[in-house]
Amino acid sequence: MEAIIRRLIQLVVVLVIVTFFTAILSALLPGDPVKTIAPFATDQQRAEIRNTLGLDENIVVRYGQWLGNFVRGDMGREYAGAGVQGPSVYGIVKTSLPRSLLLMVYVQILTLLIAVPLGIYTAYRAGTRVDGIANGIAFGLFSIPAYVAATLMILFLSVQHHLLPSEGWVAITPSPLEHFKHLVMPVLAITIGQFAIYARLLRTDMVATLQEDYILMAKSKGISDSRILWRHALRPSSLTLLTVAGLNVGSLISGALIIEVIFHLNGIGYQLQQAIATRQYIALQDFVAVIAIVYVLVNFAVDALYRILDPRIRGARIG
Amino acid sequence: MLESAETELAAAAGAGTLAGMEPTTTDGTRKRRLGVVAWIAIIWLVIVVGAAILAPVLPIKDPINGYDYLNTKAGLFKAGHIFGTDDSGNDVFSRVIWGAQASLLIGVGSIVFGTLIGGFLGLFAGFKGGLADTVISAFFNIFLAFPQLVLALTLVSVFSPPGTSSARWSHRIAIVILAVGIVSIPILGRITRANTLAWSQREFVMAARAQGATDMRVMFREVLPNVVPAMLSIALLSVAVVIVLEGALAIFGLSIPAPSPSWGNMIESQISNPDSAPTVWMVPSALILLTVLSLNYLGDVVRARFDVREAAI
Repeated sequence: MEAIIRRLIQLVVVLVIVTFFTAILSALLPGDPVKTIAPFATDQQRAEIRNTLGLDENIVVRYGQWLGNFVRGDMGREYAGAGVQGPSVYGIVKTSLPRSLLLMVYVQILTLLIAVPLGIYTAYRAGTRVDGIANGIAFGLFSIPAYVAATLMILFLSVQHHLLPSEGWVAITPSPLEHFKHLVMPVLAITIGQFAIYARLLRTDMVATLQEDYILMAKSKGISDSRILWRHALRPSSLTLLTVAGLNVGSLISGALIIEVIFHLNGIGYQLQQAIATRQYIALQDFVAVIAIVYVLVNFAVDALYRILDPRIRGARIG
Repeated sequence: MLESAETELAAAAGAGTLAGMEPTTTDGTRKRRLGVVAWIAIIWLVIVVGAAILAPVLPIKDPINGYDYLNTKAGLFKAGHIFGTDDSGNDVFSRVIWGAQASLLIGVGSIVFGTLIGGFLGLFAGFKGGLADTVISAFFNIFLAFPQLVLALTLVSVFSPPGTSSARWSHRIAIVILAVGIVSIPILGRITRANTLAWSQREFVMAARAQGATDMRVMFREVLPNVVPAMLSIALLSVAVVIVLEGALAIFGLSIPAPSPSWGNMIESQISNPDSAPTVWMVPSALILLTVLSLNYLGDVVRARFDVREAAI
């Protein structure tokens, strides 16, 4: 418990530093930041932007203002040209963030569905030809960038055979079928680069577990191989899977961001790309802050879960 | 994204995977000879790096203004173009060679930068311990609180905003190398630190100190040579990750600006219409795949040979 509180304090410190960095982002823009953000604005509009960004204040005051607005859900508005009020950044985050999170959940589920049976089977057949081939294929798939896998699938499944739609997000409520049809390729593209890591680590772990005495004991009692594998040997490896999941959060988020851009999924990654392309730095710094906060929180959750599941871990985190 | 190099190293550490299949003698000790696959990987990398360096003197067409108007979107081996042409008739073969120059410059440049700075910080922190270690480790951990891709994207988009004059080739490539290099510092630094910690406890280090060697001498002459294999192995994996990352930056419009080629922006240019001129994205995709496989395999070989662990404590 004490360790969790200590981690909680660390969490707050990290969050403050991370958001501080993002809050002062626009100040780092070369030259006059307002000119880069709004090249054709009138002087009055420029003054307004300068004011919302707090560019006349010192950095600490500016961070305070930004943080105060941010926690109240006021993330400013996008710059939309002379006299036009752009869309509110909070509104964008509210629709796009849940989509990104859902995408990542799907990827995580599919990854485990492929990796766990594969890991168990290759551990069971460790050292055989099947094991070697599976290992080689996993290593090869791991080296395929998600965007290459995505482009290949778009070419064969969308452009040439019209089996699946290549872009857009459909909500799950009116038609679950369309929802999943739009997400098959994005989820697969990310999963291809992910499952090999899980399967490889699970295999290593299980090979060691299978040599334990209690497995021999179970065998001598005449319990079937599949029951031993799934019930007796897999359970101690669940912590390993959790460790990998924790280490992997970063590549999962990166993968989701890239894939959203390719498939126009209108999640936070797609919005991030739009903000970069149109130089919406007010929106950009909020998106970056939101992504970093999600990343830090997920990592913290994995860590806390780890401690709850395994009381042996007090000080160090295995990873 | 760079974290995946770390994850992979962790995965490989206990796994004894691919490189573990390299020839072993009957008594279990490893042969000093490299396997066939390792040699294929090395030869491939030599070819790619050689072509990238020699791009200006190789007898290839102009990659940007070499329009072959009559043969746009030509397929493989059509109209005298080995890998065909793109939408405006530029030779894909020539573009992937010039693209290799950009992609490898980013991959190698950023990791050399990250290894020098991260390696030094890690070595110093692991060797000195105490306050220096606490401060440097805290710095690493805070940097790791950003997803690496997002940090790289942010740095590039702030210091080289797209659509401005600062998005020229030379400026952009320098910013990308610096941004990705900065992002890689904590990962390279942490591994160096962990290995330094382990080696600093060894008897020969104590012996050197007992003989009156200075800290500097012990750090660079006794500890560093033993830490180099770990740094090399993670650096090879990281170069592979950065070559893939360059494509991700291109998708966000933050890699080399068109019309100059990089492997990533060639792929990106065709994503919305992959059937139009397929060789334009398939050839660089294949090159990325082969280069990444080679680097991953060699990183694995180095790791297996020197028994590198992520945290060798």
